[in-house]
Amino acid sequence: MLIRPFGINEFWIIVMAAQWTIALSAIAFAGGGVGGLLIALARVSDAKWPRLLATGFIRVFQGTPLLMQLFLVFFGMNIMGFAINPWIAAAVALTLHASAFLGEIWRGCIEAIPPGQREAATALGLRYFNRMRYIILPQASRIAIAPTVGFLVQLIKGTSLAAIIGFTELTRQGQIINNATFSPFMVFGTVAAVYFILCWPLSLLARRMEVKFSRSTTR
Amino acid sequence: MYTFNFEPVLAGFDKLLLGAWVTVQLSCAAMVIGLILSILCAAGKTSRVAPLRWVIDAYIEIIRNTPFLVQIFFIFFGLPSLGIRLSPNSAALVALVVNFGAYGTEIIRAGIESIQRGQVEAGTALGLSKLQIFRYIIMKPALRTVYPALTSQFIYLMLTSSVVSAISADDLAAAGNDLQSATFASFEVYIIITAMYLIMSIGFSAVFSMIEKAAFRYPLSR
Repeated sequence: MLIRPFGINEFWIIVMAAQWTIALSAIAFAGGGVGGLLIALARVSDAKWPRLLATGFIRVFQGTPLLMQLFLVFFGMNIMGFAINPWIAAAVALTLHASAFLGEIWRGCIEAIPPGQREAATALGLRYFNRMRYIILPQASRIAIAPTVGFLVQLIKGTSLAAIIGFTELTRQGQIINNATFSPFMVFGTVAAVYFILCWPLSLLARRMEVKFSRSTTR
Repeated sequence: MYTFNFEPVLAGFDKLLLGAWVTVQLSCAAMVIGLILSILCAAGKTSRVAPLRWVIDAYIEIIRNTPFLVQIFFIFFGLPSLGIRLSPNSAALVALVVNFGAYGTEIIRAGIESIQRGQVEAGTALGLSKLQIFRYIIMKPALRTVYPALTSQFIYLMLTSSVVSAISADDLAAAGNDLQSATFASFEVYIIITAMYLIMSIGFSAVFSMIEKAAFRYPLSR
């Protein structure tokens, strides 16, 4: 086999593959945002069954490896009669994964709102929807920002596992280039650097918001 | 309609159990070594030598902001070009230790910061040596404070260890990969493997809460 050197072209191919990592992260984050809100609301619900179901969902997704979740969706789609498509499988699995984690994070934020807020809203005659919409969620969302950005970093890193089921994002592109150039040190160094550039600003942002928030609430 | 066929999975179940045992060993070894690394790094971050602090900070940020899969590819495929050649299992262990160390350092550091200055001063006043102060006045209560965070980080480490199957180490996920390519019962194999991981994480949680009850029975100071 012809081995070509790792040059500027290979470097750009890897950098450009980051768009698929970003796209996959964005889809999973958007889907996970919707799913996570539903899970969080079910988790703090007064009704028993939604609460139990949401708890079970969170337990299973936090208690099993993301890699296995990807495999199960990937092969499960085949069983249910869909054509195997790594792109869709990765998007579905990461969305479910993000739903569970965001649901658990946001549950904590909702529960952190003092019960007096809810009681006062009820006393004012607000029913469930308006109480959540105008009283609880706006306050909870302020607490939620920092840990949510923190989870986004985890999610971006998690998309790398889609490489194992054959979706060509940043890590998979690195593997492909490595097979052609056989300079793993350069290739995976570049791949790691691109992830770092994506994740580090978000990590810093999350930390800064956390500090800002704890300062504003300790007063 | 698809009919599930668990027979080939059950026929190879001993291999899966062996894989699960490797996963447990790998995770426990990585946690113990990683915890030592974390304590050293956390102590190093309080050092007066600035370059040492920078190196530790860089290590933490790099590990926390890159995926584990890329870290393990870098260690397994990249390091041989520097002359460091590791077997899949040792590369897996090194990668898990390095990964856990970065998260562990932050957790331990948070614990150390929760110790009030007066405690250390009281220890000095009682004539305790530096090592005694670090061990009894700083580390012991700090570990208690961060124990829940450490245990959930361990569970996360064990789940993450499934990724080492990508360099064909001998862990549970890799045993699953072998079994599914031999039997083609992919979905069934991964259902069982996923259930085994779930049982392991529930089991470890239970063990950790028992340890917590036994080890931290003395009353809280606050």
